[in-house]
Amino acid sequence: MARLLTFVLNGRTRTDAVPDNLLLLDYLREVLRLTGTKTGCDGGECGACTVLVDDRPRLSCLTLTASCEGKHIDTVESLAENGRLAAVQRGFHEKLGSQCGYCTPGFVMATEGLLRANPAPDEAQIKAALGSNICRCTGYVKIIEAVQHAARLRASGEAR
Amino acid sequence: MMDGPAHSIGTYVPMIDGPEKVSGRAKYTADFIEPGTLAGRIYRSPYAHAEILAVDVSEAAKLPGVVAIVTGADCDKAFGVLPVARTEHPLARDRVRYRGEPVAAVAAIDDATAAEAVRRISMTVRELPAYFTAEEAMAPGAVALHDHRPGNIERDVLFELGSVEDGFAEADLVRERSYLCAEVCQNQMEMHAAVADYDRERDRMTVHASTQVPYYVHLMLARILDMDMAMIRVVKPHVGGGFGCRTETLNVELIAALLARKAGGRVRLVVNREETFITHRGRPETAIRVKMGLAKDGRITAVECECVQRGGAHSGYGIVTILYSGSMLYALYDLHRVKYVGKRVLTNTPPCGAFRGHGTVDVRFAFEALLDEMAQALALDPFAVRRANYLAAPGFTDNDLMVNSYGLPDCVDWVERESGWKARKGRLGPGKGLGMACSHYISGASKPVNWTGEPHATVKLKLDFDGSVVLLTGAAEIGQGSSTVLVQTVAEVLGLDLGRLRIVTGDSEVVPKDNGSYSSRVTFMVGNAAIDAAQTLKRVLVTAAARKLDCRPEDVECLGELYRAGAQDKGVSFNEVVTEALKDAGTITVTGNYSTIPESHGGKKYRGAAIGGTMGYSYSAQVVEVSVDDETGVVTVDQVWVAHDCGKALNRLAVEGQVQGSVWMGMGQAMSEETGYHDGLLLTGNMLDYRVPTIADSPPIAVGIIESNDPHGPFGAKEAGEGSLAAFLPALANAIADAVDLRFDTLPVTPDRVFAALEKRQRERRAGAKAA
Repeated sequence: MARLLTFVLNGRTRTDAVPDNLLLLDYLREVLRLTGTKTGCDGGECGACTVLVDDRPRLSCLTLTASCEGKHIDTVESLAENGRLAAVQRGFHEKLGSQCGYCTPGFVMATEGLLRANPAPDEAQIKAALGSNICRCTGYVKIIEAVQHAARLRASGEAR
Repeated sequence: MMDGPAHSIGTYVPMIDGPEKVSGRAKYTADFIEPGTLAGRIYRSPYAHAEILAVDVSEAAKLPGVVAIVTGADCDKAFGVLPVARTEHPLARDRVRYRGEPVAAVAAIDDATAAEAVRRISMTVRELPAYFTAEEAMAPGAVALHDHRPGNIERDVLFELGSVEDGFAEADLVRERSYLCAEVCQNQMEMHAAVADYDRERDRMTVHASTQVPYYVHLMLARILDMDMAMIRVVKPHVGGGFGCRTETLNVELIAALLARKAGGRVRLVVNREETFITHRGRPETAIRVKMGLAKDGRITAVECECVQRGGAHSGYGIVTILYSGSMLYALYDLHRVKYVGKRVLTNTPPCGAFRGHGTVDVRFAFEALLDEMAQALALDPFAVRRANYLAAPGFTDNDLMVNSYGLPDCVDWVERESGWKARKGRLGPGKGLGMACSHYISGASKPVNWTGEPHATVKLKLDFDGSVVLLTGAAEIGQGSSTVLVQTVAEVLGLDLGRLRIVTGDSEVVPKDNGSYSSRVTFMVGNAAIDAAQTLKRVLVTAAARKLDCRPEDVECLGELYRAGAQDKGVSFNEVVTEALKDAGTITVTGNYSTIPESHGGKKYRGAAIGGTMGYSYSAQVVEVSVDDETGVVTVDQVWVAHDCGKALNRLAVEGQVQGSVWMGMGQAMSEETGYHDGLLLTGNMLDYRVPTIADSPPIAVGIIESNDPHGPFGAKEAGEGSLAAFLPALANAIADAVDLRFDTLPVTPDRVFAALEKRQRERRAGAKAA
């Protein structure tokens, strides 16, 4: 069964016929070819597929597309504005919060969700917000610095 | 006022491919989703060890949408990274040797069809006895996994340099301990993937693969497909980590190619996380016995080490791994009486490989843990013991390893000072402790796996009418920052801003061959080749500038964007120099090469003594601070101080990131990571059962960069991405010993194991009190 869904994807309203059993991750990657969102595990283990649904981080591998009717979905592709990296992206780039980059879109979106809700998180809040995202390269030290840097860039208005 | 040449070496430089990664534009193999691509799936053996009588694919073939099915019958060629050990088939023939070994594969119009087709495949077998431990596999009468390896010993190593008996006789304390390190897996974030595209009209094959070694994949594709190498193109897109599991060709890329050829089209094969675990190539379960002699002055008088590795069902890098474990006993300290007995064993478990710190990590854990215990027994400070055993550099070890730069003393001093060791040790309060340890690693193996007579590394630079400098290299960027460091290297020599350079990597159609990203070879080997190329290009530019300026080349001053004849000269711009250089010559390409020197190739004192030879060893010292909860057995790492001698930090940001990542990966192995099997069935094929530390479990890691300026390294650099892993493991165990006076000989040190040990001691104390 497929049904006609309407939702706002990366700021644009979209109506699409979507099978009931299609995961949001597969819809984004395989159907729309928005491959910034990554598959890192067999379901709910790693956080690489994190997107925002109504501003809150969600694992797209555990979310049915059909459950997104009327909602706002933001993927990593939505963050840069007119080709300029957003604050969170600059944070991860400039502080080397990203090495191989595979977990990065998930971390970036989880961080974006955190900063939308809490613009000035302390270290414990950062750790709590990113606790379900796994990175195998950095040891997380520079990821924490990246998030703090992103928060500063946003607060100063230097980046969005 | 003119600016001088641009410099980036020694500064903090974000990765040049960072913007793609943070914006989601970086494409990894599985992201190449094109219309008309077939989906691949693998049928895997449910048996751990069995003779294959038949593989029935007839039901699968009937399924509409199935385009091609391949089995062992489609390929009789064997592959393997070491020329002496090519015994693995992409799809099992005659026999399966581990649960999950690929037996057949399907290409279908979509993934659901391919999955259904795989469900319809079956096999009939005659089961054989299966061995899940090294001990069982080596037992008398055990069936050989491979006919050419009776007794299931893949490789036996034995050497004794100097008399250990004499050394033990000289010691004030001799102690012997056994250690067991669990098998661990790289578990890089990107699951293995390959996209193979076969052009039947031209008989050409293009494979995109998530690999660290596109050149090796190229060689093995030609071998497995029985195709001319010139008909094959290998593309390495962005790669989501490797840590060694992708330093050899994996069955995934070979199977994708077999399917694509049979289907006459394009096949995308992305294996899932569980299959990625089963493809394995991790660090083997290792049993180590160490006997050490220690003198009261802290000198190590003799070391005897026995190492048994459960290698899994195929050789892979196994022979090299067991040799590294022995040869790398050397080159950290000044040892003169060493005996090593190594056994690499074939078992019915997924094949092991070259995990970060290849072969050195588990032995280093055992060595440094025993050294700490013995220092304590002799009431010696662990720092003083290290200082009593420093090497004299430059020089050669007893097994002929060439050591030119030796920053270990500075590393040791740094962590002692920064951790406040002298003031804090023993004063942290109950349940808290400090531990230290050291480790080292190579900057690339001096002898390549495939000895072809070519230089060890080759880089090309292209300079064209537009004034752009394009760096062409086969060096595999896998997230470690190789592209950034190579661009920095060329920019530094030419005095140009990084923005003027572009880099092309990872496409065999365009870039010069490179051996790949493993054994921390790229910065050293390819970096040196890049310097060579850049210097050649600079000579061309200076010659052209001299013509333009009407002066002698030796009088030309190169300021990067400006070339001039002396400080009073207005000079000519880089673009003008380029235009002059291209006159008559046309587009300029230059080649830079690098070859290791024979002195670095290791010796011939025992069979396999060349393993361990390198142009430069990195050094690391670590202090780990822990808190141990005696109610739950939970160990918390509060802080790590690590000093790493990388010769010269070409990019301080990247060095810090690599060192932190290594330490943290060592932490995973030390504290929580462990594969588990039930009769050969992997029980830990996901990231919940295979417990990777999260951000909440991870400590601050303070990095001290020690620069010993290696005489052969590019700008003095050595490796930064592996050497700091190993020291974490013993430093943790030593810290726990300091905190709760319990020494752990089994890794990982999980809360369960700590709790059991605390309980046992409690019981013994109670029993002792009762008896008294």
